[in-house]
Amino acid sequence: MAENTVSCVSPAGGPIGVPSQASAQAPIEKEVLKMSAKVGKPAPDFEAKAFKDGDFKKVKVSDYKGQWVVLCFYPGDFTFV
Amino acid sequence: MEVLSISVDSQFSHKIWQEEELSKMLPGGVPYPMLSDSGGMIGSAYGVYDEEAGVNIRGRFIIDPDGIIQAMEILTPPVGRNVDELFRQVLAFQHVRATGEVMPSGWQPGKPTLKPSKDLVGKVWQVWKPEMSKLI
Repeated sequence: MAENTVSCVSPAGGPIGVPSQASAQAPIEKEVLKMSAKVGKPAPDFEAKAFKDGDFKKVKVSDYKGQWVVLCFYPGDFTFV
Repeated sequence: MEVLSISVDSQFSHKIWQEEELSKMLPGGVPYPMLSDSGGMIGSAYGVYDEEAGVNIRGRFIIDPDGIIQAMEILTPPVGRNVDELFRQVLAFQHVRATGEVMPSGWQPGKPTLKPSKDLVGKVWQVWKPEMSKLI
């Protein structure tokens, strides 16, 4: 969980170990990327910029090996539900 | 158990949401890391990124200590989630991992579990009734 320097533009996080979508992948490879989360299978690893403990940090889901993790996606900050 | 929340918002937006709104709902704000998925690449990997809307829909994944996804629940945006059901599932999966026992439909912590064996085949009716699921 490295410190993340605060700057206006920095690389977004993303899945680890899969080809970047930005690097002109064939559509079929994008499909594979979309479908990679399945129950009973390893959670796709990723690195993301985060607001954590009052600071900006980078977080990998694999940092939490050995613990139970609940990963919650939601549409957006300041939405209503 | 560690919770990680994640949306396409920046970490800066998360900071202000925490400080300006969430901390007024919950003293001290939410205690878990708030992750940024700019561009939706992580959501795409988990099958929850809506390309038309440009956001991640409500997907919740329970990941065990070996990094294996044990459960997922995906809802469209208007309906919020049920935290009691989340805890029930986490407790159930922790119990399975600790004991090898299995949880029948509607299982709640402290309620009977089942121990799979050849003697239980065809005999589940003796130890489990539909009313135990609370659905009937």
